[in-house]
Amino acid sequence: MSESDAVAGRLVRPFTLTGGRTRPSRACFTLIATVTAVDPPPDHAPRPQPEQARILRRCARPVAVAELAALLDLPVSVVVIMLCDLLEAGLITVHPPHPVTDRTLDLDLLQKVRDGLGRL
Amino acid sequence: MAGSEAPDTVKILIAGGFGVGKTTMVGSVSEIVPLRTEEPLTVAGLGVDDLAGIEQKKATTVALDFGRITLNDRLVLYLFGTPGQQRFWFMWNDLAVGALGAVVLIDVRRPESSFAAIDFFERRDIPFVVAVNGFDGSHPYPPEEIRDSLALPDDVPVLLCDARERTSSRDVLIALLDLLIASAKQG
Repeated sequence: MSESDAVAGRLVRPFTLTGGRTRPSRACFTLIATVTAVDPPPDHAPRPQPEQARILRRCARPVAVAELAALLDLPVSVVVIMLCDLLEAGLITVHPPHPVTDRTLDLDLLQKVRDGLGRL
Repeated sequence: MAGSEAPDTVKILIAGGFGVGKTTMVGSVSEIVPLRTEEPLTVAGLGVDDLAGIEQKKATTVALDFGRITLNDRLVLYLFGTPGQQRFWFMWNDLAVGALGAVVLIDVRRPESSFAAIDFFERRDIPFVVAVNGFDGSHPYPPEEIRDSLALPDDVPVLLCDARERTSSRDVLIALLDLLIASAKQG
């Protein structure tokens, strides 16, 4: 196997976890969105697949999507697709990042960030 | 169960050329050892010019190193750095969206390696500060000389720093926040 095949294989394989899907069904799982497992899981929820169970264990407490991907050693895009399934199954909740747009720089938020940095 | 309530999250990007100390800066202020995540990029999404040198590859990846700073019990800051030599982090659509701002790190020995990052943030109107990471902590040039050589506008702060030092990296982030606060007050 050539080097480029090895690279491609390492990239392609994780998508078997998503049933070959490469695009998420929802846009809410950005890098710093936090996800939390629903505890206890709802009665009607389907039994999670092994990789889904790994994710659920990692988000027993709130964790950012980027952290989940790094901890699971999977590309963010793969983790996001799996999170979409878990959300649809009612097994996790998602908390969006603090909204930031160039139009509405939130002075109160910025001051909190600055204060927090000042305490480091 | 207040303890498991998800905190608000914000992010700041640490950008700049190859080997300029981005991951070092992330690591010096992060409360966790920097984490890395890699993302495959579809070559179809790259412009023809971007393909120079990677024609033989079926796919390429862009890596991110990131750290975390818990600012208070309701607010967490993530720092995202782009390690390695890839210019392709520009392709990571989600990365710059929703960032408070950015730090562009400069190596005085190779300032041109950070031009692309400066250009990226200027084009997108993302506020940034320029931090000159001294090699081994030394700074042969004053900030104004560096500003001139980079043709930076007056309103972009230029700081000297040592990315290995926690307080120095923290002060760079505080300078960015002061810039953001000043511009928010101006409306």
